[in-house]
This record gives sequence, C-alpha cells and structure tokens, in this order.
Amino acid sequence: MATILKTDKVCKYFDGVKAVDKVSIEVEEGIILGIIGPNGAGKTTLFNVLTGMLAETDGKVIYKNKDITKLSPQDITNIGISRTFQNIKLFDHLSAHENVKIGFHTKTKTGFIDAIFKTKTYKNDEQKVNEKGIKLLKRVGLAEKQEILGQNLSYGDKRRLEIARALAVEPDLLLVDEPTAGMNAKETRTIVELLDKLNDEGITVIIIEHDMGVIMNLCDEIVVLNDGNVISRGDPNYVQNDPAVREAYLGKGAS
Amino acid sequence: MFSNSKISNIIGKLKGIILENKLKIYLIILISAVIFPIITDNQYYIYIGVLTLMYMILASSLNIIVGYTYQYLIGFAGFFAIGAYTTAIITTSYEVNFIFVFLISGIIASIFALLLGIPTSRLGGIFFAFATLGFGEIIRLIIINWDTLTRGTFGIPGIPRPKLFNFIINTNTNFYYFALLILLVQLFISYRVINSRVGRAWLSLKENSEAAKAMGIKIAKYRVLNLMYGTFWAGMGGAFFAYFTQYVSPDTFVLDEGFRIFAMVLVGGMGTLIGPIAGSGLLTILPELVREFARYQLIIYGIAILLIIHYRPQGLFGAKELAQAKVEEKK
Ligand SMILES: Nc1ncnc2c1ncn2[C@@H]1O[C@H](COP(=O)(O)OP(=O)(O)O)[C@@H](O)[C@H]1O
Ligand SMILES: [Mg+2]
Repeated sequence: MATILKTDKVCKYFDGVKAVDKVSIEVEEGIILGIIGPNGAGKTTLFNVLTGMLAETDGKVIYKNKDITKLSPQDITNIGISRTFQNIKLFDHLSAHENVKIGFHTKTKTGFIDAIFKTKTYKNDEQKVNEKGIKLLKRVGLAEKQEILGQNLSYGDKRRLEIARALAVEPDLLLVDEPTAGMNAKETRTIVELLDKLNDEGITVIIIEHDMGVIMNLCDEIVVLNDGNVISRGDPNYVQNDPAVREAYLGKGAS
Repeated sequence: MFSNSKISNIIGKLKGIILENKLKIYLIILISAVIFPIITDNQYYIYIGVLTLMYMILASSLNIIVGYTYQYLIGFAGFFAIGAYTTAIITTSYEVNFIFVFLISGIIASIFALLLGIPTSRLGGIFFAFATLGFGEIIRLIIINWDTLTRGTFGIPGIPRPKLFNFIINTNTNFYYFALLILLVQLFISYRVINSRVGRAWLSLKENSEAAKAMGIKIAKYRVLNLMYGTFWAGMGGAFFAYFTQYVSPDTFVLDEGFRIFAMVLVGGMGTLIGPIAGSGLLTILPELVREFARYQLIIYGIAILLIIHYRPQGLFGAKELAQAKVEEKK
C-alpha cells in the first residue's frame, strides 16, 4: 500500500508553547487513522498545519509524494484534502443545502459571464451542485432539513452538515476533528457507520476522537499525542495496552 | 411606548405578508415606477424621481460590496466620481456613443477598485474602512489638483446629451426611463451573479472565511472581484450623473455623499437586493416631503440610522431576518 500522507518532524510553536513538536507520522492510503491524546495534546493544531490553516514552525508535510508544506489551505483543498472543524464552522445564515453547494466551489467553474448569460457551464454547475448536494445531504441524513439555516440545526446535525460539506470537495483524504462530540450513542453510531462506508469507498480518513469505543471500532491504526509529541502508535490493541498511553491519560486525569 | 420586540414583531408580520406576495408587490412597484412620469407632469417630481433612481443604482452597487462580503467601503463616493469624471472628460473631447462611455466609466472605476483591492484585501473590517476612506479623499484631491485633465475646482461643464441614432435623451422623463432601465438591468445581472457560484463564494467570505478557505475559495480574489463588480456599477452611476446634470465638480463627491449612500444601504437593509432600493427610496423621497426641513437633511439621515440601529440592526429588509422568515414559513 502506498503512503498518502507523511509528516517529517512537523513543529508548531506558539510563543514558547510547543503545541506540536517534531511529529513524524505516515498514513497508508485507504486506512482510517485515529489520533487520540489528552486535551491540549496538539491534535487540532496538527490538523491546522496539515491543512495549511497554520504555518508550521518547522518540518515538512508530504502528500502523495508532493511537498505541500507551503501550500495555501485553498490549494491543499484543491489537491484532495478536506476537513471538518472541532469548533463547528458552518455558514450560519445559509441553508444546509447552500452550505453544501459552496463546498463544490473547486469542482465547478462558473464565472461572471456564465452566471449572467446562464451559459452551459452555469447550467451544468447548478445541476451538479443541486443534485449532488441533495445526495450528500441524504448520505448524512439531512435530506429533510435542506432548507434549514446552519445556525438553526441541532448540534449533531451541524456536525453531519460539516461532513457533507467536506465531502463536496471530493477528497481523497478526509480529516475529521471530534465528529461525534456532543452526540448521543445512537447519533454516534450513524457517524461511525458513515465514516466506515466512506472509507470503504476509498477515502482515507484521519479522525481525532475522544470516544474510545469509536476509535477501537473504526481505526486501523492509532497515533497517540501528548504535549505535542507522538508517544505511541500502532494498531488499537497495541495502543490500548501501551503503558506510556495509560500514564499520559492517568497523569492528566482525563478520559 | 413601543418596546423593541413589539416593533420588531410588527415589522416581522409585515415582512411575512410581503414575502407571501413578493412577486405581486414587485410587479406593483414596477408598474407604479413605469407610469409615474405619465400620471404626473410636475417636472420637479420627475426630477426627484430621476435622482431617486440614481441613488437606487448607487446604493445597490454599494450593497453588493458591503452587504454580500462585509467590506466596509467608506470611500464609495470616489468610484462614483471616477465614473462621472471619466464620462465628463471623454464626452467633452470626443464624440463617442454613450453606451460605450457608460461601459468605459464602469470599467475605469473597476480598474481603480483592483488597484485599491489588491493591497487592502487582507485588511479586515475597520482597517479596510479607513484605507478606503483615505482612497475616496485621494481621488477627490487628485480631481482638484490635476487641473489640466479635470479643470480642478472649476469642474467640467457642457457635457453633451446622450444620443441614440437620432434620438436625444434630453428631458427629465427621458432620463427617468433611462435610469429605470439601468437599474433594472443592474438588478437582473446582480440577481444572476448572486445566485451562482460567484455569489455563493461572496456569501461564504461574509459568513465564515475560515470555512471558505477550507472549501478552497480564494478569499482575496473573491473580495477583489466583489469590489470590482460593485464599483463597476458605481462608475455607471457616475456616468449617468454626468450625463444628467451635464456638469461635474469635486464638490459633488465629498465624503457626505458616500455616507448618504451608506445610510441608504443601512436603513434599507444589507445583503438583499430589495433592501437598498427601499432605503434609497425612503431617504431620497422623505426629505423632499418635508422640504421646510431641507436644511436638516443630514439630521434626518442621522435619526433614521439611529432608529434603525436601535430597532432593526439588520435594516428594514436586511438579509438575516429575511432568511429566518423563510425558515419559519416552512415550519
Ligand atoms: N492559536 C493558538 N495560539 C496559541 N496557542 C494555541 C493556539 N492553538 C492552540 N494552542 C495551544 O496549543 C496546544 C494544543 O492545542 P490543540 O491543538 O487545540 O489541542 P487538542 O486539539 O489536542 O486538544 C494547547 O496548549 C493550546 O493552548
Ligand atoms: Mg482539539
């Protein structure tokens, strides 16, 4: 199996706080990788660096054998990496459907002239974003809520909508940051099933998650972060029994 | 004494009625606008009608910028001035078809927007506002000082009437229909752009620029495009002004004028196409109805803005409320 993503001693420091410190990981194409670790371990910061939202302090990010360290978030989206946010970032005053439609931006071409004269490009694009948009909403179970504004959705639905929107960019690699946070057991199960299915369809997934049930169920491999460092990695069984992991969690008194 | 929520409720209910009969109401407004110069032969009323339509064009231009991407363009009057001066300079030296003059005036305003937009597109909110405030003043100073081109404080008189084949657009009524046509074309085009990939990209910047980035939307590019699009229509509005008044001078394009148009957008409501139409209608016609108070025009504007900010921060027909009303309908 090929490596889809590799980081080489990636660091992100915030005036002295080593949020991410020399993290080197390799992600095989087609797997689901879990990233766990206590609060403040640097998980979200790592996502932000991978997606170009934060500039790294040092190190390299390689995606499909290409150095993407210096690319803008937009270019990173363009080459097939998509994400959701831990602190949900929807287009609050737009409907669920509009939210997903915007996700198709890089997969459509309409410019001013197309829009003004309703050219073929415009018509094709609109048909695409309308139909595929509804399909994506169906996939995440929001078909009946397509007209509801982002801000008026329930917490769980907001997270679902973020996933649908992230899928609209047709990614090969999907990064999800605590997708089940705040959900009940039933809702959580639907998310796990969804991610599993997306993975079956060929999308490589990296998931940050606190729910150990989800992690153990879903992940082929797990990376454990603590204070910005990778302290353990391996399959779920190995990581679960790694003394270093227990110590990190017990030491912080979390999870 | 009315409470905030009571007033908001009343406006909300009105809004519901308006939304249900949207097409009918637009049609009635349009028909009234079309027959207005026919039912009155009072030249002064028609003249005010022309000015009102011109402000509708300008407020709609500014609204595309402020209302759809939250770029607080304070120096808006500068672009209006660029359009007006472009028309004045061209038409007093050459004989050029007016349609071409209009387009050139719009395009030149857009080019200035590009020059302003590139360095400022990364500035947020208040910094952008200040930078553009400076820009508007610089344009005015250039107009005053580059007198070989602009005749400085004397202004440029003698702008010829627009001519289509043998027909000369000359009377107030001619200009009234001409302005109405420009406004309708502008609204039609803006409607199409807003409801396309481009318009959605603009909305995404305003809603959540981080999420927009994650969707691959180039923020700076779409900000600048938005600025260029809005100012294109400001330039067209300037061209209209020059043709209509046949005289341009730096006095017309003071900061006040920018704020006046801003007030129209704020009062009418940002981020909907109808909002600025209502705002400019109200704020042009209202002061005329109480002409004894003409001296207090700016005060009327000030009071209107204060009332709006207090009772309806999103403006009479602002986007937020419209969107919510839509959801309540469905429930
Ligand atoms: N933008 C920022 N500025 C300063 N410090 C930050 C910033 N983002 C994260 N941090 C710090 O970096 C560390 C890691 O945070 P984060 O990546 O959010 O952790 P996690 O997602 O694992 O809970 C924390 O100490 C946090 O306070
Ligand atoms: Mg986090």
